[in-house]
Amino acid sequence: MSSQNLKKTDMIFGLCHTTDVEHLLPGGVCKTNEEKFVVLEEVIKKDPQDIIDDIIESGLKGRGGAGFPTGLKWKFASLSPEKEKYVICNADEGEPGTFKDRDILLKVPAKVFAGMTMCGYCINAKKGYLYLRGEYKFMLPELRKVLDSFHEVIKKIGYDFHIDILLGSGAYVCGEETALMESMEGHRGEARNKPPYPTVEGFRNKPTVINNVETFVNVTMIQKFGVAEFKKLGTQDSRGSKVFSVSGDTPKPGVYELELGMKLSDFVDEYGDGDTKAVQVGGASGFCVPRKKFNETIIGFEGIPTGGSMMLFNSSRSMYNVLTNYLEFFAEESCGQCTPCRVGCQQLIRGIRAVKCGQKSPDYLDALLKLTASMKLTAKCGLGQSVANSFSSIVSNFTEEMIY
Amino acid sequence: MKENIEILTKKFGRNREALIPILQAIVEKNSYLSEEAMNEVAKQLDISAAQVYGTASFYSFLDTVPRGKNIIRVCKSIIAEMKGKKEIIKTLENVLKIKVGETTPDNMFTLLETNDIGWSDQEPSMLINDQPYTNLTSEKVIRIINEYRK
Amino acid sequence: MKEMINLKIDDINVSVEAGTTILEAAKKANVRIPTLCYHPDLCIAGNCRICMVEVEGSLTLTAACAMPVSENMVIHTNSLKVRTARKHNIELLLSEHNSECTKCYKNGNCELQDLAAEYKITNETFIDLVPFHNYTIDHYSPAIIKDDSKCIRCQRCVRTCEELQSVSALGVAYKGEHMKISTFMEKSMFDVVCTNCGQCVNRCPVGALVEKNYIDQVWDAIYDPSKHVVLQTAPAVRIALGEDLGYDPGEIVTGKMVAAIKKLGIDSVLDTDFTADLTIMEEGTELLTRLKKALVDKDSSVALPMMTSCSPGWIKFIEHQFPQLLPNLSTCKSPQQMFGALAKTYYAQKRNIDPADIVSVSVMPCTAKKFEADRPEMRSSGYKDVDYVLTTRELAVMIKQAGIDFESLKEEKYDSIMGQSTGAAVIFGATGGVMEAALRTAYELVTGREVPFDGLNITPVRGMEGVKEASVKIEGTLPEWKFLEGAILNTAIAHGLVNAKKVMELVDSGKANYHFIEIMACPGGCLGGGGQPIPTNMEIRMKRNKAIYQEDAGMPIRKSHENPEIALIYKEFLEKPLGHTSHKLLHTTYIDRTK
Ligand SMILES: Cc1cc2nc3c(=O)[nH]c(=O)nc-3n(C[C@H](O)[C@H](O)[C@H](O)COP(=O)(O)O)c2cc1C
Ligand code: SF4
Ligand code: SF4
Ligand code: SF4
Ligand code: SF4
Ligand code: FES
Repeated sequence: MSSQNLKKTDMIFGLCHTTDVEHLLPGGVCKTNEEKFVVLEEVIKKDPQDIIDDIIESGLKGRGGAGFPTGLKWKFASLSPEKEKYVICNADEGEPGTFKDRDILLKVPAKVFAGMTMCGYCINAKKGYLYLRGEYKFMLPELRKVLDSFHEVIKKIGYDFHIDILLGSGAYVCGEETALMESMEGHRGEARNKPPYPTVEGFRNKPTVINNVETFVNVTMIQKFGVAEFKKLGTQDSRGSKVFSVSGDTPKPGVYELELGMKLSDFVDEYGDGDTKAVQVGGASGFCVPRKKFNETIIGFEGIPTGGSMMLFNSSRSMYNVLTNYLEFFAEESCGQCTPCRVGCQQLIRGIRAVKCGQKSPDYLDALLKLTASMKLTAKCGLGQSVANSFSSIVSNFTEEMIY
Repeated sequence: MKENIEILTKKFGRNREALIPILQAIVEKNSYLSEEAMNEVAKQLDISAAQVYGTASFYSFLDTVPRGKNIIRVCKSIIAEMKGKKEIIKTLENVLKIKVGETTPDNMFTLLETNDIGWSDQEPSMLINDQPYTNLTSEKVIRIINEYRK
Repeated sequence: MKEMINLKIDDINVSVEAGTTILEAAKKANVRIPTLCYHPDLCIAGNCRICMVEVEGSLTLTAACAMPVSENMVIHTNSLKVRTARKHNIELLLSEHNSECTKCYKNGNCELQDLAAEYKITNETFIDLVPFHNYTIDHYSPAIIKDDSKCIRCQRCVRTCEELQSVSALGVAYKGEHMKISTFMEKSMFDVVCTNCGQCVNRCPVGALVEKNYIDQVWDAIYDPSKHVVLQTAPAVRIALGEDLGYDPGEIVTGKMVAAIKKLGIDSVLDTDFTADLTIMEEGTELLTRLKKALVDKDSSVALPMMTSCSPGWIKFIEHQFPQLLPNLSTCKSPQQMFGALAKTYYAQKRNIDPADIVSVSVMPCTAKKFEADRPEMRSSGYKDVDYVLTTRELAVMIKQAGIDFESLKEEKYDSIMGQSTGAAVIFGATGGVMEAALRTAYELVTGREVPFDGLNITPVRGMEGVKEASVKIEGTLPEWKFLEGAILNTAIAHGLVNAKKVMELVDSGKANYHFIEIMACPGGCLGGGGQPIPTNMEIRMKRNKAIYQEDAGMPIRKSHENPEIALIYKEFLEKPLGHTSHKLLHTTYIDRTK
């Protein structure tokens, strides 16, 4: 039974379930459905400023989690007179329960490369990097093949842009944009102080645009369908569709493209197993929504923004186990440089364990909630800041499970 | 060792950005970074050995302790746990006759757990070297290990 | 002129240059923001999260050390939100920290302790994490103890070792809860490229990196009636010791220091300045000899430029990093070790004491000197030439332990023999000082006239620039130095090993045309040594620098070769510079440590 309010879309994966890049050429057709596809050559004839304005107008926000307006980001980078600039595609996808970039890169990599090239064109960068998490190394040979033919296409249309693929080595925090740049520069993935922001001083201290894999695909599709078509999807605050990674207690785990702005209850109706007790929206660094709040929760930037991870838990699951699993993850994957995150994560784990086994009184949970508030206020990067999300939403909604 | 690393510095360059690709290449070949290898990389990139060690130890895949020829990394995310990771670990420990964190005496396998590897829709899952294996069952695991033993 | 930015900090209007951080702006407004990872000598890390402030309009708090000001910013440094967050972060640091202040070497001089006191952390809110960490203590080095259980991961040491010293013996290893400060493969500091310079020790805010102290050993020696304890003090100690005893930076406390040491019960208080002058005689002669061999005898095996060898941190650095340049090092021992070798030979003979009964102690601004004294080469008297090396800080501790009211002491003079000093020796404590002292003597030796600089002040070699160069034209030479007539002597001076490395790269590539190079391992020279009072920073180094040149200007004798005790020792004991006895006692060899 599909809910009325849940609209499945086909923007990201649609039209071309192929890695073939020929469709980027003038008159190029997509083999899957014979429809004419984006013409990269046409895009690079436009005024870069117009393209940026299009993206701003579209309302596209970053799909990596933080949701920064993509057009604005490009605009900032384009304003710099600096000659050397970079485009980076963030394919570090390490958030627990997230795997949609994996499918995008397996199925429609050419759209990602095209979006990166358009970005390079808009901000005047000649070089792009795709930072692929080490866990996805298996897809490297295929990606390289597509990339080679993509480079041929670019050459054919007389444009100059080159993309390299770099591999991560198993560190979740390297998905954080400045940690990722540190890693690309050969260092430990420790987040930098901001400002300066990457659009001013990014990779090699040069202006850099970094976007999520899906964000780049969206740009490509906006160019294909036009802004108006894109804006038809989603809501005022959350334009477009979103690729979701659905996992946990669901009869149909997998990758789904849905319109933004949906009600969580509609989502659960479609993907739940009939006994859903909670949904973790946005991965370990996101929020846990209990059953009683499904109805009032909107998935989108006006409600709970998400990089796309939806983990469903039914009533057989212990939310205490869920939380300790997340906290162990953070304690291991924090870069470790800043006090609130490095030590805070250790305290949270030991703390809820101590409460669970009765070494600390239930009141101690309040002390820990206060601590997470400080972590959110003082951690240096998004990792430490967002530990509070899952901690406070699980502890306050499932307090009794934490104690007994 | 010197010659091996020289081949890599020729390929990736000698500036700091080359460090991680070089370390990755060494790990791909030798399963881990030996003291000698890290020292040699430090020398050729003109950085300190402590910096090489510090950088390598940051990344889970750049091991600085000896590892077997095939490194098995079982996903330990909450979804994996819900879908039976424990069983998979137990099976692996039984077939390999080692515990998590250990290497088989014949140096063929090292068994590790790792954070989410990006297959929550198909848990339990594991990586053997670069290759993911998903929707694991005990029988499947035994079959896979036997393949590698051949 | 730079653009000015107006902002408000705790209701105080401030106007500062663009690019200023909130922390600096607050200082201007006399608002103190607590810090831990911040150090004025180092790049901004922004990792301790203690300096948090509230910037209106921002959802999170802001690290004041890392945030540049912007127009119309409104900042609160003392809101409830700020206080709670800071307190949390201090409590977190303490929970990971082996808090045992009463048993800690840094007790009373610890930034974490100060913060805990300021925020009155009295009860343990959080769980003690120390039992969950496998903290280790490394005390194998004769100079430095590294205690991971005290480390707050501020990375000041790592930045110091990289940015100031370009050694990076210490790095950050692992991540998350396991993140730690580590050497290569977690070896002992003793087994890695560490130079023992102690710059990291000087900047560690807590007790995680401290000097290995020899206070008790020295007290034991003092109270052992069968021992005769001689103590030498290095040039840079007298201009910094006061800081640990209630004086402002830049106060010269030579006379009181000597008086205090005598009160401790030391048998003879002598001056390393004496052997600094001796170094000039030996090293100056060595330089002229090398020049003669190169220019007159056309001996191509002579290594030029010649480089100074009085900084043991620098020696260990070159032994690790540029072993191919070891022949360029002067073979002179450092003044400390020359002194040690003479104390158990010349001094012992003159005072008629069995050298076996002499305990030779030195007070140095330096931790590397502790390592140097332990080198197997440093036993030319037949004994360990220097038994114990104390830092300036340790001497201050002993003075306090003895209950001495330092300020009310009457100034006293060094004992003799080997207690006489010159202005030339005093400036050994500053970067450029050895060069200046050497030029004062060598020029006069060669020409019979004083160096052609106003008041003997060779200003081009002074100051805090990382690498300095100066050239001196030699004219009107005495007959025996005719071959130097008209020659231009090119010199370079570097302080801080990061600058030393730059110069060595030039020399190594053959691009430098220097004849003589002075290198000091520490920023500012010995006055900024790792064993000096904490804190040490640029502002304080400048003040100590000023004091040194002030002391020099006030000395009756300002040239090493005019030190009467120097003339005496050559007459009575050494015969001549580079002579047989000198060679045996005052010169040394080096090791290629890459092997
Ligand atoms: C700990 C952490 C991990 C992150 N991981 C990813 C990631 O895997 N992929 C991603 O696109 N963004 C990730 N981000 C967000 C990036 O920092 C950045 O905001 C994003 O790449 C910007 O692209 P977008 O605007 O297209 O979303 C992460 C952020 C944090 C704090
Ligand atoms: S919040 Fe965590 S991951 Fe981010 S900088 Fe701090 S320690 Fe590193
Ligand atoms: S390092 Fe500081 S806070 Fe820690 S035990 Fe020593 S004096 Fe106390
Ligand atoms: S003593 Fe000097 S060389 Fe050694 S670790 Fe400290 S700063 Fe680095
Ligand atoms: S050893 Fe000292 S300076 Fe280094 S990180 Fe630890 S506390 Fe900071
Ligand atoms: S002093 Fe600002 S973060 Fe440490």
